[in-house]
Amino acid sequence: MSTESAFRTSGAESVFRFWPRHNEAIYERLESKHVWLEQALRAEARGGDPLEHEMILNIGPQHPATHGVLRCVVKMDGETIEKSVLDIGYLHRGIEKLAEHKTYQEFMPYTDRMDYLAPYANNVAWCLAVEKLVGINVPERAQWLRMIMCELARISSHLLWLGVGLMDAGAVSVFLWTFKGREDLYRIFDEVAGARFTVSHSRIGGLVADLTPEAFRLIHQFVDDFGQEIAGWEALLNRNRIWIDRNRDVGTLTREEAVEIGLTGANLRASGEPYDIRRFEPYLFYGEVDFDVPTREEGDSLARYFVRLEEMKEGLRIIRQCLDRLPDGPIRADDAKQAYPSKDEVYYSMEGMIHDFLYTDVGVAPPKGAACYQAIESPKGELGWYLQSDGTGNPWRAKVNAPSFTNLQGLEHMMEGSLVADAVILIGSIDPVMGEADK
Amino acid sequence: MDIPLYWTAVVAFVVLNLMMLSASVLVYAERKVSGYIQLRPGPDRVGPRGFFQPFADVLKLLFKEDIRPFSANPFIHSLAPVVMVVIAMSVPAVIPFARGVVIADVGPGVLVILALTSISVYGITLAGWSSNSKYSLLGGLRSAAQMISYELTMGLAVVSVILLAGTLNVTGIVEDQAGGWAILGWNIFRNPIGAILFVVTAFAETNRAPFDLPEAEQELVGGYHTEYSGMKFGMFFLAEYVNWWVASFVIVTLFFGGYLVPFEPLLIQAFPELAGSILLGALQVLSLLVKVAFFAFLFIWVRWTLPRFKYNQLMQLGWKVLLPIALVNVVVVALGMIFFRAIF
Repeated sequence: MSTESAFRTSGAESVFRFWPRHNEAIYERLESKHVWLEQALRAEARGGDPLEHEMILNIGPQHPATHGVLRCVVKMDGETIEKSVLDIGYLHRGIEKLAEHKTYQEFMPYTDRMDYLAPYANNVAWCLAVEKLVGINVPERAQWLRMIMCELARISSHLLWLGVGLMDAGAVSVFLWTFKGREDLYRIFDEVAGARFTVSHSRIGGLVADLTPEAFRLIHQFVDDFGQEIAGWEALLNRNRIWIDRNRDVGTLTREEAVEIGLTGANLRASGEPYDIRRFEPYLFYGEVDFDVPTREEGDSLARYFVRLEEMKEGLRIIRQCLDRLPDGPIRADDAKQAYPSKDEVYYSMEGMIHDFLYTDVGVAPPKGAACYQAIESPKGELGWYLQSDGTGNPWRAKVNAPSFTNLQGLEHMMEGSLVADAVILIGSIDPVMGEADK
Repeated sequence: MDIPLYWTAVVAFVVLNLMMLSASVLVYAERKVSGYIQLRPGPDRVGPRGFFQPFADVLKLLFKEDIRPFSANPFIHSLAPVVMVVIAMSVPAVIPFARGVVIADVGPGVLVILALTSISVYGITLAGWSSNSKYSLLGGLRSAAQMISYELTMGLAVVSVILLAGTLNVTGIVEDQAGGWAILGWNIFRNPIGAILFVVTAFAETNRAPFDLPEAEQELVGGYHTEYSGMKFGMFFLAEYVNWWVASFVIVTLFFGGYLVPFEPLLIQAFPELAGSILLGALQVLSLLVKVAFFAFLFIWVRWTLPRFKYNQLMQLGWKVLLPIALVNVVVVALGMIFFRAIF
């Protein structure tokens, strides 16, 4: 193959050059397996492949449709993708290693930067894991508020997925239309946390502050209005021939395949597996609210679209119930060894200030040898943290089970046999966030 | 007809410059309309209400570095954008802007239009091939396949018009639509299926959404013009805008009565001194421009609201849906000509 010779470097040079060797490994993986064998056999029967009609195309990492810095190297016959190899890691920041050098509370803002489309869900995932490790009882009001904010984060993430998915299909305007809904959400986040994007609002043992009356007003308004907006999306897209045709039977995964690959979240549910952590291992108060887990049997991009649209509606349902059942009470655990004391205590009492100082310096210290795994259903799927403690204020080991990373495992399989135009739709429908996949 | 040469030269000069100017107006219109579609104000900083934005854009392109890929074919790489612009600019030569105001009143004018639009695919394909980039190559190939598929339907739609008019001359086709009550003589009412087919294929021929596969920026980055920069890219840009401006002209000329003013016979009946006057000519140009502006708006409207087709769906639509309909339509129009000649 001509591609091999193009990347073969001579002698000692190659030892110092990481990049060509890295590329060569990718090309070798492309050449391996059955495709190469089949092609070799065919070429032999025909007496060679003089036209070299196959082409290796490098999609990404700088490509408008790869949602960040995903790199796919695909081998194509005409417009059909015969084989694809993913190359991730362009946004690797060593999140897990960073966690080992921070106290539990200090690390929380870093989680915002993982799945940056739903920061609140990440905060909650980290805090829940730490609370489980230490054994902190979080006040009820804080848990209900966390649920509200998590569902808002889910809607925000799904809205962006919808806009970006349609933009990949060529309808650029929809991207900006979804930002109308996201702007309302950002206004809520701004009112709640003081930051529009990276909220960092959850704290170990509760929340940083209660929601203002203005925030409740905005949330109520959003819940009342957004149903109509979803109905608008359905009216626009459910009968749009081009959109339906581009998604139907694209990237189909059967239930068995999806389970085997290990997909999570909406991608798994679109293949017919009704697995939702909110239902199977309820955290917060998800066991007490009434909601459906939308599933589809088809397993194609269209099914994933319908599932996510339904999930937004279910999210609204959950928020409504949370708002109705929201109890009064404190929003942070009242134990200075486990959570920050309130600002009143810090400013006006000596003990409060000492506790605040100590909590910032050391933070919570789980018993030596304690370990736990806590997962939540983030907008992308199962987001879990495995924590191991050595008795100090820093985790001895923090390992994240990132849904985008697991979902990307299915992409190579889906892309093989589809068209280049489908590849773009597929990346969109998997909904990866590279900040999370690359950790 | 005997039109003096200097008159042709004057009209050609005016039309060429108007085409250039209209391209910048179209850029402004597209950015403004797409802005309103996308819930944002659009350009509003350069000049009054952002009207000079296109000129600022062109100025920027002029000052940009002209990058040519190392392995590109230098001659063809420079030739391709020129081909695009020249072709786009030559089509208006055969379009009548008012009664008797046409640069070249060629006998088989419709064939000239078809021939020129077919050549424009060379610009795209050559650009895609000469850049020596994989994305460009895919864009160029897509364009070639798309043009061939949609040329047939477009040709057949034009054939149905020629059948009705009985002439290949563009002015003849326009004058043929003058009959009937007020606007009922227009080909859109006599041959509605042909009109719809022609509008759809015109979208495909000008590579506008939802048929903009050759440049599909989400899949092929920029398609055939991925490797172009500076004014060479600007020329592709110019050619694209002139192309759909011209396509609107052709749609209006063939199917919407061209320069004919609606209710023209009634108007002349009421004011007999109007016939043959300069005022009537101005009215005709105005009427043409209003109709063309509507179709230019349609192009923008469709582009910013519809998703893009997939390659195989495009082929399916072209060969399995549009082509049979076009064939049947030609037969139906021909039969209609035989049996209902009085009406037509």
